Amino acid sequence: MTGTMTWLNAHWGLVLSLSWQHWYLALIPVLIGLVVSIPLGWLATRSKVLRNTFFYLFGFLYSIPSLALFIVIPVILGTGILDPLNLIIPLTIYTIALMVRSVVDALEAVPWHVRAAATAMGFRPLHRFFAVDLPMSVPVLIAGLRVAAVSSISLVSVGALIGLSGLGDLFTEGEQHQFIGEIVIGVVGSLVLALVTDLVLVLIGRVTTPWTRVRT
Amino acid sequence: MIEFEAVTKQYPDGTIAVNELDLAIDAGRITVFVGPSGCGKTTSLRMINRMIDVTSGHIRIDGTDIMTSDPPVLRRGIGYVIQQAGLFPHRTVLDNVATVPVLTGMSRRAARTRAAELLETVGLPAGMAKRYPAQLSGGQQQRVGVARALAADPPVLLMDEPFSAVDPIVREGLQEELLRLQADLAKTIVFVTHDIDEAIKLGDKVAVLRTGGILAQYDEPAALLGRPVDDFVASFVGRDRGYRALGFLPAERLRLGELPLVELGGTVANARAALVDGWAVAVDEARRPLGWLSETRLATVDGSASLTDDLLVRGGSLYTHDAKAGITAGSLRSALDSALSSPAALGIAVNADGGVLGSVDASDVLAALAAARSQGEVPT
Amino acid sequence: MSLWAQLWHWLTTSANWQGGTGIPTRLAEHLEYTGLTMLIAMVIAVPLGIAVGHTGRGGVIVVGVANGLRALPTLGLLTIVVLAAGIGLLPPILALVVLAIPPLLAGTYAGIRAVDPAVVDAAKGVGMRGWQVMLRVEVPNALPLIFGGIRSAALQVVATATISAYVGLGGLGRFVIDGIAEQDYTQALAGALLVAALAIVIDLVLVLVQRLVVSPGLNEVSTRSARRGTRRTRNLSAPGAEVAHTGGSSS
Repeated sequence: MTGTMTWLNAHWGLVLSLSWQHWYLALIPVLIGLVVSIPLGWLATRSKVLRNTFFYLFGFLYSIPSLALFIVIPVILGTGILDPLNLIIPLTIYTIALMVRSVVDALEAVPWHVRAAATAMGFRPLHRFFAVDLPMSVPVLIAGLRVAAVSSISLVSVGALIGLSGLGDLFTEGEQHQFIGEIVIGVVGSLVLALVTDLVLVLIGRVTTPWTRVRT
Repeated sequence: MIEFEAVTKQYPDGTIAVNELDLAIDAGRITVFVGPSGCGKTTSLRMINRMIDVTSGHIRIDGTDIMTSDPPVLRRGIGYVIQQAGLFPHRTVLDNVATVPVLTGMSRRAARTRAAELLETVGLPAGMAKRYPAQLSGGQQQRVGVARALAADPPVLLMDEPFSAVDPIVREGLQEELLRLQADLAKTIVFVTHDIDEAIKLGDKVAVLRTGGILAQYDEPAALLGRPVDDFVASFVGRDRGYRALGFLPAERLRLGELPLVELGGTVANARAALVDGWAVAVDEARRPLGWLSETRLATVDGSASLTDDLLVRGGSLYTHDAKAGITAGSLRSALDSALSSPAALGIAVNADGGVLGSVDASDVLAALAAARSQGEVPT
Repeated sequence: MSLWAQLWHWLTTSANWQGGTGIPTRLAEHLEYTGLTMLIAMVIAVPLGIAVGHTGRGGVIVVGVANGLRALPTLGLLTIVVLAAGIGLLPPILALVVLAIPPLLAGTYAGIRAVDPAVVDAAKGVGMRGWQVMLRVEVPNALPLIFGGIRSAALQVVATATISAYVGLGGLGRFVIDGIAEQDYTQALAGALLVAALAIVIDLVLVLVQRLVVSPGLNEVSTRSARRGTRRTRNLSAPGAEVAHTGGSSS
């Protein structure tokens, strides 16, 4: 235990920079994935064919183990070996696979009479989407994002196996040096990142949906 | 026979759902518990099959206190129908109905045979047996629920707002079905509803409960309408009590008048000649009414024109004067309603096949009412 | 030679299909790890999920623990377990089991809780005892979501087993890890594609099993959608359904 604390004190800077890198590599895909999923999800609510296609396509993609995807994607895209895109693109794909479903569920849960009222009041479709549908979708979207974010943070550490730095480095180094303390710090760091991200998302959800907190 | 003796249900937080309920439910009859929300009607029902246990007091079925029975065994001898049907989605309709017989030890084959008979009894086509609940409509699911409750031939049937979740037309069908079944089976039925009209239609006796689980009045429906014990019952039973009470008076002796009948296809001039006091009824070849012909309406058309559908004035309910298998005769209430709702101020009385018998005049209905009163047929 | 051509060459070299380091052996190892892990994890998680779901007590803890375990980084857990408990089959399997439990537990618990309360009430009302209600009514009706959890867990395990090659286990992950270490990217790519194919095949097999085991009355969950009058059916027995219902895996 003391060995671990000594090491931590000595390498505090390293841990922080790895954490930051880790977080950045995990969240960018989630954000991109979210932005891409919204129009895709909206399209899926309009067309049964698209909906089923997405269902099978994303189900298929989500089944593929992460390490496999981390290897295959660079080959397909021809990116360099240590390119961070090798991690970001697969993670974005996973996020999209998860979030499109959330977007579809969220949009379908908006009561039709609320939409009808908005249209009757004179909202143009696009404006109505941003003013009514999307805000009401927030709780379901946040739930999906939480899963996607935690998942993403956990997967970035696998990136260490293909040479991409994050807290995963602490795992591989710790393993090589037979130093379990370093690994533990990496795990704890990863858990802390996951917890903080989760809390931030919950907070964002609360702040953007004041109507769900009112007592009637 | 089911007896409630000073039955009380009080929850840990202090709310009293049922308060010292004393009542005796007659065997072989339909007893309805009715009242506003929070009156304890469902709680009382669920105490009979020990889905909820009493806090104090006793409930006895045929003299035996229910607390002496093992709950699951007790429930296998009592049919239980709930609002959402509660059918097992993972089993076929047939297996749903066969549930209790199998539970009590009947062989699956025998149970399924019995189930098939019951499906027919409740009016479901044999093809339904292999389907799953999700494939049935609300009304069909309720019928399966009733069949399931009857499968083990229990003497007692508990029904908790079973028809509330279906639309009014289906509901009426199910109510008629229940009455027909009861005529054959004579079970002891305890029925809960919040709808006073349903209570009055189905109940041999009705218990009106008030909020807080207190019994307000327990009487036959006609007495409830005619002699409400206090303001609560009077207002719960509703403002049209007098009118509704007419629903209990049969109208076989009602005097019917003559109605001029005209078939479609003839000329307008012929139709005009048939009018009496400016009105006539257009009928089809089987004497079934299609609509009214009015003088004012016909005046707008040339006399040589053909009498067509669009010249008819529609409106008014029909009053069925004769009974037949499956069709009950109307009461004074439906006779009066047909007279009041008609554009010609005359109701149309039809026989059980739908053919016109004659006219109903509102004053004749009131005369029949007076006659019934004088012969002591109206409860006062 | 392009990477794809090299890949083709690698896959068609018979030497790669024989012996202790050949594809069939590695495949068998991978299946062994997956099967063993799923067995142990199901024995632990499914009864627990059913019991907690049926009684309704402890649900918050169960869900909390399941979510917490999902956040564990797989590589980290694997390396800790191996360093702490030494080399051998058991430590990594232990780690795999710990990672397989969350989706199974979550799916089972969610499945039991999702059973319509009116159905449970009716089951008690016809006179079924507690355990009869649980086994004859709740579990069969929970099966679609339970299977969702099983599929999610299976994919999680296949993925984690791949990574376990890093701490010395066999399996198809060996090609990937060795390939990276030896800078033999053809091997790594081959391994990656084989693992991906295995995952898809396993998912399809489980879908088939689900179709066979789950009552046909439950396959189409009919939802009255927000749109007036339309009934939209969602097929719970198609590949990929687990993404929707158990929130997916994290490997």
